[in-house]
Amino acid sequence: MQDEPTPIELTKSVADFLRNDITPLISGHQAFKLRVAINILDLVTRQLTQEEGGDAAEVERLRALLGTDGSVSELNRVLAERIAKGELDLATPGLAEHLWQTTMDKLAVDQPNYASYKRELGR
Amino acid sequence: MIEAELSRSVQRWCPGATGVTGAAKLSGGASQETWRFDIVHPDGAIGAILRRSPKGYGAAPTRAAGLAAEAQLMQLAYEAGVPSPRVMHVLAPEDDLGTGFIMQRVEGETIARKILRDDAFAAARPLLARQIGGVLAGLHRLPQDRLPVLRSRNATQEIGEFERDYRSLNWPKPVFELALRWLRDHDPGPSAEETLVHGDFRNGNLIIGADGVRAVLDWELAHLGDPMEDLGWVCVNSWRFGEIDKPVGGFGSREELFAGYEAAGRKVDPLRVKFWEVMGTLRWGIMCGGMMQRFRESPDHSMERAMIGRRASETEIDLLRLLAPRGS
Repeated sequence: MQDEPTPIELTKSVADFLRNDITPLISGHQAFKLRVAINILDLVTRQLTQEEGGDAAEVERLRALLGTDGSVSELNRVLAERIAKGELDLATPGLAEHLWQTTMDKLAVDQPNYASYKRELGR
Repeated sequence: MIEAELSRSVQRWCPGATGVTGAAKLSGGASQETWRFDIVHPDGAIGAILRRSPKGYGAAPTRAAGLAAEAQLMQLAYEAGVPSPRVMHVLAPEDDLGTGFIMQRVEGETIARKILRDDAFAAARPLLARQIGGVLAGLHRLPQDRLPVLRSRNATQEIGEFERDYRSLNWPKPVFELALRWLRDHDPGPSAEETLVHGDFRNGNLIIGADGVRAVLDWELAHLGDPMEDLGWVCVNSWRFGEIDKPVGGFGSREELFAGYEAAGRKVDPLRVKFWEVMGTLRWGIMCGGMMQRFRESPDHSMERAMIGRRASETEIDLLRLLAPRGS
C-alpha cells in the first residue's frame, strides 16, 4: 500500500495551483495551452475518482451479455468483434442499455459539459 | 522574412502595388500555413490571405485535393456567385514562397462559438440555415467540365475507407462497430447524380458577417460524390457547438436548410442526408482516434491532440442518440 496523499489529491493540488496562481500571470497562446493542461489534470482527477467503480459495473454487464470472462479491455474487444460479425445488435436484450451506460460513464470523465451528455443525464 | 518574398511577388502581378505590410501567421501545421497581410497600394491597402505549403512540403495528404485544386475551386465558386474569396494569384516558382495561392481577405468571423453567441450576429443567425441551403445548392451546381481533377467517392467506398482507418487504430469501440453495421445496412448506393462535394462544409469553415455567409473556406477535402454528403456533414452534432436542438451548425432546422436548397432549384433526399450525418459523426470520431495516434507517435506530444483523442466519446453519445435514441 502506498502512502498518502492519494494520486487524486496530488493531481487536484497541481490543477488548483495552475488554475489559481499561474493563470493570472500568462496570456496569449501559452494561456490557451495552460487551459488545456488544467483540463487534462481535471480529466485525470475525474478518471481516478470514477474509473474503478465504472469499470467493475461494466465488466459485470459485459459478462452477462457475452457469457464469458476477462478484463474490461478484453471483454470490450469481444463485444466489438461480435457486433462486427452481426452476432449482437440493437435487438439483443441489454445491448442498447449497456452501450448507453458505458458511454455515459465515459462522458462523465471525458467531457461532462458536453451538451448531448447533459441532455441525456436529465432523462 | 516572408514580407520580403511577398513584396517581390505582389509587385509582379498586382499593378501599382509597392509592397506588403503586417504579415502575420494565422495558423500552421508542418505542411500548410495561412498568413494574413496587406498589399500596399496607392489606392489604399488591399487585405490579402496567403495559403501555402512551405518549400519542401509539396506532397498533399492522400484525402486532400491539394492547394492548386483548392484555388481553382474557390475561383470557380467566386465566379458562379457562391460566397468565396477572389483568388488573386497562384504561387509560381519565382515567388519563392512554396506552393499555394493568395486570395482577397474577406472580413468576418469564423470562430463558431462567437458566431453562435455574439450580439453582432444575432440578426444573421436565424437566416443562416436557409442561406446555407442556397449556398450548398450553388456549390453543387458548379460546372463539372471546369472542375480540377478530384477523387470520386460514393457511400460504399467511404464506409470501406473509414472502416480501414478505424481498424488501423486497433482501438475496439463497440459503438463504432454498431455505427459501421448501421451504415452498411443503410448504404443508399451510388447517388443518381454525382456533383462536386465540398467535403468539410460546416460551422467553423464559413466566414460569417452581420448579413450572413460571406465566404466558404477550406476546400481541401473537395471531391466528387453524393451532394447529400454536404447536407449531412453540416448537421453533425459536433458542429453545433452546444446548440444541439438546431441541427444546421447550431443555427437552425433541417427544414430551413432543405427549403433553402430546394428554393435554389435542387432536390433533397432526407434519408441520404441522415445516412451522411451518421457517417459524418463516425468520421469525426475516427479522426479523434487519429489525433490520439499522432499524439502517441509524433515527437511533439501536443496536449491539444491528446485531448482531442478524448473527444471520441462525444461522437459515441451522438451516434447512440441517432441510432438508439432513448425515450424523452
